[in-house]
Amino acid sequence: MPEAAGLANREPLRGYHLRVVQEVLLALLAAEPAHGYQLRARLALALGPLSDALNGGQVYVTLGRLEQAGLIDCTRVGQLDRPDRKVYALTEAGRARVQEWLLDVSWPKPAPAEFHLKLVAAAAGALDDPVAIVERQRHELLGGLREAQRAALAEPAGSTAGLLLEGVVLRLQADLRWLEECARYWEGRRRPAPAER
Amino acid sequence: MTDRDQPALSARGLCKEYGRGTALVRAVDGVDLEVAAGESVAIVGPSGCGKSTLLYLLGGLERPTGGTLQLAGKQLEHMPEAGLARLRRRGLGFVFQAFHLVDELTTQENVELPALLAGASPRAARRRAQHLLEQVGLADRAAHLPSALSGGQRQRVAIARALANEPLLVLADEPTGNLDSAATTDVLRLFEQLRADGQTLVVVTHDERIAATADRLVSMRDGAFVGETRLTGGSDRRLSAITGLEV
Repeated sequence: MPEAAGLANREPLRGYHLRVVQEVLLALLAAEPAHGYQLRARLALALGPLSDALNGGQVYVTLGRLEQAGLIDCTRVGQLDRPDRKVYALTEAGRARVQEWLLDVSWPKPAPAEFHLKLVAAAAGALDDPVAIVERQRHELLGGLREAQRAALAEPAGSTAGLLLEGVVLRLQADLRWLEECARYWEGRRRPAPAER
Repeated sequence: MTDRDQPALSARGLCKEYGRGTALVRAVDGVDLEVAAGESVAIVGPSGCGKSTLLYLLGGLERPTGGTLQLAGKQLEHMPEAGLARLRRRGLGFVFQAFHLVDELTTQENVELPALLAGASPRAARRRAQHLLEQVGLADRAAHLPSALSGGQRQRVAIARALANEPLLVLADEPTGNLDSAATTDVLRLFEQLRADGQTLVVVTHDERIAATADRLVSMRDGAFVGETRLTGGSDRRLSAITGLEV
């Protein structure tokens, strides 16, 4: 795990990632109040080899924000030989947010419109060969697929994190198939259509 | 040149043409390929791009109409049929999309067969087959006929059979083409293992998952190679970026 001390050097939490951590922490607190380290442990278990992406410190930063937003309450519990421990509990507003999240059907990273437009723009402005852009992207995603696949194969059967990795693998496969279509399309534009075979 | 420096496989300007005149089709059109010992190479491309034909040429199952082909330093393109058959039996292992097991023989007998054909004693062939079936996780299916096995299990038997004579080179043609996702995972695991064990391997596939297990990836279109990529494991950072967990 990266050290929490590295937090200061990182960019502020943002976008999708921030949202996920917020909503997940809220949902984990819906069953019962918990300490920060318990929440961290649950996330780590669900993410398996991907949990390195979650800096431990982020959980505490996010909890602080959720408290400020009135979505959770924090109670200090005294300990004999150590500093007070914080126990977090969901507020009514927090519970309502969890309900919204469970019903929300928005899907992160949908159609790769940006990449499509990059190819169109590169071709239109003769900035770069779209086929070369596709090849670079393919290389990147294949490296990711190789990595995700190895991580998935290393998971024991029935592992929760394995299920996540399977999702990563399937998505990369779909993206790679689309890139194949992109390559074919832009190759066709680059040269005269080949004779029918 | 020592054996270690010599590529396991070397093709230069390899061609395969069918028909003539206006009906001439160049299924393989001037392919150069060198595969180092211990390397695994995936050849990917859309169906009809000539990749299966290329694999058949590399394995001496079909003869090229042009170019040269060396396997472990031996010139293949003009080798007489008997010598070629011997080389295929002893030096190569094949894995096909449709498994091609002998339906009348048990799992164990299917895996013994190549060693027996290559002149091994029945005892040695049996021992080797038992070892290989253990490796592919099918020791408990040794007495089953192929018809009693699932598709994924049949392909694992076929992979064990391909390894029977400790081949210089394993050639695989769409090894996961007929398999569902779970069975594909079992076959992927074996291909990862082969790669890790340093088995020289050429696989043609349009399955990105199999392709991603290779050290090197060659893209093929209209009978020719159009691109090449060397794959590395990459960093965990990339994996987390892809998952949407990136900080």
